[in-house]
Amino acid sequence: MKIMTKARLKSPWVLHYDCGSCNGCDIEILAALTPKFDAERFGIVNIGDPKQADVMLLTGPSNKRNQRVLKNLYDQMPEPKVVIAIGECACSGAIFHNCPNTNGGVDKVIPIDVYVPGCAARPEQIVDGVVLALQKLAEKSEKEVG
Amino acid sequence: MAENNILNIVLPVILVLFAPILGGFIMGIDRKLTARMQSRMGPPLIQPFYDVIKLWGKQPFISSSIQPILAFGYFAFSLTSFALLAFGQDLLLIIFTVAIADLCLIVASLNSKSPYSVLGGKRELISMMSYEPILLLMAISIYYVTGSFMVQRILSLNYPLLTYLPLVFLALIPVLIIDLKKSPYDVSASAHAHQELVRGVFTEFSGYTLALVELGHWTKIVLMLSLVTLFWATPIIIGIFLALILFFVVLVIDNVYPRLNWKSMLKTTWSVGVLLIIANIVGLISRVVMRI
Repeated sequence: MKIMTKARLKSPWVLHYDCGSCNGCDIEILAALTPKFDAERFGIVNIGDPKQADVMLLTGPSNKRNQRVLKNLYDQMPEPKVVIAIGECACSGAIFHNCPNTNGGVDKVIPIDVYVPGCAARPEQIVDGVVLALQKLAEKSEKEVG
Repeated sequence: MAENNILNIVLPVILVLFAPILGGFIMGIDRKLTARMQSRMGPPLIQPFYDVIKLWGKQPFISSSIQPILAFGYFAFSLTSFALLAFGQDLLLIIFTVAIADLCLIVASLNSKSPYSVLGGKRELISMMSYEPILLLMAISIYYVTGSFMVQRILSLNYPLLTYLPLVFLALIPVLIIDLKKSPYDVSASAHAHQELVRGVFTEFSGYTLALVELGHWTKIVLMLSLVTLFWATPIIIGIFLALILFFVVLVIDNVYPRLNWKSMLKTTWSVGVLLIIANIVGLISRVVMRI
């Protein structure tokens, strides 16, 4: 079924969760969603509801306090889904690497599909990351449909 | 005559079958126009169809066993009320059927533990309470002019209703705003209030149940716009034009005004809306009295 894959690629609804970021990457994510970049022309909608989201945008290294929430949000997202780690902290922990209070990267908690480095990641990079994630979504969709 | 009868059945059936699709295009136009008003490109016209097809293919998360039935009920009753309109049936019955459709949505959203969903459901109930009196009074004032609640009678009038009921027509603007879930009256499910509501009444729906709810919403929009069309039913093309103008006015209002709380919604619809309709009816009565 090609039409389903196409529909999935044309309407990625985005869930944005900040697991302990400094808000730098969050501001860049919101900048990428503003009219200047106009993410809606690709069908991207920033949705607050994990049950209706397809793409998860994560910022920050995640810590012992919010890893339970992060896991919960991930589990609440229906398949097929992709997860993007945005910013150095989310990718590897960056300056918080080996800190006892953080996990050092969100991939310690949930599987990540795309890593977008940068401190903070620029809106262009984020859009680039979402495009990469959509390719992965297409692969997952094809695999699921058969 | 027989030819006429076939046309009378076939045309409404086609209308009913295409109502959700038409609604999808209307929502697409809505998103495109809104984007243009915010100097963006906007999504393609068929974006709402992509959304619904995608939702249909997602893994379903059902929060309660009755939820799929109620989501289907929302769609089915919306479609039924549009079918009643297309076949020229009773205006009151149409309004009550669409109220049942809304009730399905409200019960589905209240039937969960999520506070966002419950809050959205309560607010949807309030918004229903705001616009139902206007719709009812609209039906009554149409009865006053035509002497019948039947839509068939309105379609066979040789004068436009708008010339008799201009204020009732104006009172339909807040009804359309509430039904389209546009600001300033998007209290129950706002696209702009993530922090406060998440998705309001739609929070607990996902996958195919959300797709059904979307289809129901589209059908309801088509129903409301065709109620507007009745104000200039002969020739119907002017009525359709009027409905599109009103739709555009609603979009402009949406982009100009911020959201208001439910109290101001209730106050506006119950004071301005109801007063407009009463003024219109009083004007009609006084004209008759003066002639005597």
